[in-house]
Amino acid sequence: MPNSKTAIPFKGTAQQHEQLLAVIERYKDQPGATMPVLQEAQEIYGYLPEEVQIVVAEGLGMSLSEVYGIVSFYTQFTLNPKGDIRVEVCLGTACYVKGSGEVLARVERKLGCKAGKVKPDGSFSVDATRCIGACGLAPVMVVGGDVYGRLTPDDVDGILDKYLKA
Amino acid sequence: MDTVKLKINGKEVEVPKTATILEAARQVDIDIPSLCYMKNINAIGACRICVVAVKGARSLVASCVYPVAEGMEVFTNTGEVIQARKNTLELILSNHRMDCLTCLRNQNCELQKLARDFGMQEVRFHTDNMKPEIEDSTLHLVRDNSKCILCRRCVAVCRNNQSVSVIGPNDRGFESHISCAFDRNLDETACVSCGQCTAVCPTGALTEKDDTEKVWAALADPKKHVVVGVAPSIRVTLGECFGMPVGTNVEGKMVAALHRLNFDGVFDIDVTADLTIMEEGTEFLKRLESGHDLPLITSCSPGWIRFCEQFFPEFIPNLSTCKSPQQMFGAMMKTYYARKIGVDPADIFTVGIMPCTAKKFEIHREDEQAVPGLPDIDVSLTTRELGRMISRAGVMFTGLPDEDFDPAFGIASGAGLIFGATGGVMEAALRTVAELVTGKPLETLEFNEVRGVAGIKEAEYDLNGRKVRAAVASGLANCRRLLNRIKAGEAHYDIVEMMACPGGCVNGGGQPPQPAGVRNFVDLRAKRAEALYTHDAKMPLRKSHENPLIKQLYEEVMDGKPGSHNAHKWLHTSYRARPKYPVK
Repeated sequence: MPNSKTAIPFKGTAQQHEQLLAVIERYKDQPGATMPVLQEAQEIYGYLPEEVQIVVAEGLGMSLSEVYGIVSFYTQFTLNPKGDIRVEVCLGTACYVKGSGEVLARVERKLGCKAGKVKPDGSFSVDATRCIGACGLAPVMVVGGDVYGRLTPDDVDGILDKYLKA
Repeated sequence: MDTVKLKINGKEVEVPKTATILEAARQVDIDIPSLCYMKNINAIGACRICVVAVKGARSLVASCVYPVAEGMEVFTNTGEVIQARKNTLELILSNHRMDCLTCLRNQNCELQKLARDFGMQEVRFHTDNMKPEIEDSTLHLVRDNSKCILCRRCVAVCRNNQSVSVIGPNDRGFESHISCAFDRNLDETACVSCGQCTAVCPTGALTEKDDTEKVWAALADPKKHVVVGVAPSIRVTLGECFGMPVGTNVEGKMVAALHRLNFDGVFDIDVTADLTIMEEGTEFLKRLESGHDLPLITSCSPGWIRFCEQFFPEFIPNLSTCKSPQQMFGAMMKTYYARKIGVDPADIFTVGIMPCTAKKFEIHREDEQAVPGLPDIDVSLTTRELGRMISRAGVMFTGLPDEDFDPAFGIASGAGLIFGATGGVMEAALRTVAELVTGKPLETLEFNEVRGVAGIKEAEYDLNGRKVRAAVASGLANCRRLLNRIKAGEAHYDIVEMMACPGGCVNGGGQPPQPAGVRNFVDLRAKRAEALYTHDAKMPLRKSHENPLIKQLYEEVMDGKPGSHNAHKWLHTSYRARPKYPVK
C-alpha cells in the first residue's frame, strides 16, 4: 500500500534540510544519537515524515525500518504535522472511565480524521492525549485551545460545527 | 578450551566456558525449546519459552542466552518451569490465528509442536487478532501477521545477516507488529527476495508464495511439454522434507519422484552451471586481459544481483553478464532443445526447482527471454514446494529407486554440482580457467581455500605467472563488507563470488526449514555442503570444459565457442540500478 501514515504532501524547505544535516553532523559519531537527532528533526519540521526519516537513516548509517521502528514506538514522535485547528481528546484515566473513548470516536467520525492524523487539507488534526490535568471536568477535549468539559458524545458535532463553519 | 562443570537435572556435565545452559543441556539429552532464539540468527532472550530454574537464582532464567558457570545447578523440568512455559505458550496462542489445517507450515511448525508437547488443550484468553492479515505484494513471499509471534528471527536475519533491513517491529504494546517502515508493502522497499526470513520463521507467518498450482495445471495440459531443471543443491536438501537427516544426498530418488510427477523431461541444472562456467570463464579471461571492469563479480544469485542493483549500483559494470544457471537452462530449453525435439518453444513449459525465493523474482526480470515473448523459465519452485508436490501425488519418496536424469540434458560435471555451496562457483571457475590458461591438467582439483562456511574467504592463485586474486562472500552483510573494502581501496581482487544466502544455495531461503532445535546444534551450511563435495569427489567428470554435452551444445548451436553471437543472445543479460526507497 502507499504510505498510509501521512496524508499531506511534504513541503520541507532547503533551509530546513540544511538545519537537519547540521544536527546529524553534530550527533553522528555519538552513541545513542538517534533519539536526539529525531527530536531535533521534529523541532525543525514539526513532524517526522518519510522524507525526513530517510535523511536521518542515511545520515546515521541506519536503515529506514530501524528509524521508523523507533519513531512509531515513542508517543512523543508524530508522523503528521498539526492542523490549523488541533483537536485533542484526553484519554487520561479519569476522562477515559468517564467515556472519552466514545468522544474521540465521534470526533474521528465527524472530521473524517483518525487520532494521530491530519486532514489532507491541513485544516484539522486529531490527537488522543494523556491527562491534561482537568480531571474535574472529565471527559475533556481541547479544540483550537478552547477547553470543553463534561462532554457526552452527542455534544461533539455541535462543538465542531462552530469551528468547521468558521 | 576452557571448560566448566555443572549439574543439569542432577547429572554432571562438562562444557566449554562459553556455552549457554541451552547448549549444555543437550549433553544430558534434554531439548530445551526455543522460539525467539536461533543460533547465528537471533539471541535476545525475549520469548521466555526456554526458561529453566537455576539454584540460587532469584527467578527463572532464559537458558538460550544464560551462560554456564562452574558448580551451577540447573533444573529444566520442575513444576515451576513447566507451568511458566505453559503460561507463555498460552499467551502466545491467545493472539495466534490457529488455522493449522490450512496453514502451509502444518506439521512443520515450531509453535504447533510446542502446543502438542505441552498438551495445550485450552486457551483461556483471546484477542481480536484472529483475522488473516495477508501481505502478498511481492512475487516471492506471503506474510500473515495473524500467525506472527513477534519472535523477531526474521527481523534479525534481515538486518544482521543480510544487512537489507526492510522489516522491523513497529508501534508498541498490543499494536506491535512486524512490517516495513510506514507499513508500506514489501514490494515498495529494498527487499531483495532472498527469503531468509521464510526459512527462519517458526510459524506460518512468513512463507514462500506457493506456485505449485501453475505447475499442476501445466502437467495436466496435453498441449504442454513440461520440463523441469533441478538446481545443484536440491539433491542434498529435498530428503529433509521427508524426514531424512540433514546432508542426505537423494539425487536418484529426486529424479525418480520427478518422473512420477509425469514431467516430460527431467534435467539437471548442473549442466547449465557448467555452461555458466564456460561463459563466465571466457568473460573473466577477456576482462583480465583488458584490465577493464575488474573484479568480475559472479551473477548466479538473484538475491545478490538485486542487492547490488539497489545498494551498490556503482558495481553493476563489474557484474558478469551471464544469466544464472536457471535462466540459461530455460533459454537452452526454448531454443536448442525445442528444435531438437521439434516442439514449438511456446508449448514448452519450463520449471526450475530452486533453493531460492529470489528466483521467483528473477524469472520476471527484463532481458530474460532467449525467445522474445517467452519467459526463459515459466515457474520457479522452491525445494519446499517440490516436497509438497511429491507428497500430494502420494509418491513414497524414501522408498523410491534411484533413477538417472534424462539423457537429452543429463550430463553434468562435479564443477556444476558444487555451485550449491559458497565458494563452489569460484572453485568450478578456477578448475576451468586454470586449465584453459596453462594448457596443462591440474594436479589437484580441490581449491580448499575457497571452501568452508566462513563469511568472507580470500585466495591467490598463479595462472601462468599472472597472479589472480580471488574473494568469496556469502550472506549479504558479508557481501556489503567486502564491497565497502573494495570501494575504500583496502582490498583488490580480480574475481569475486557473491552469494546472497549465508553458506550459499545449500542454505537458501527456499530450502526446507529446520527448527531451532536442529539449527542450534547442526550447521546446515556445512552439513549440506559436505554432501555436495563428497558427491563431486566421486564423479568421473569434474571440470566444466570437459563436459561432452557442453561441447556438443557449442558445436551444434553456438558457433563452437563461448562468447559467440548466439551465446550472447541466449545466455547473457543486463542490469539496472533500482531504487532503495519507495518511489513517490
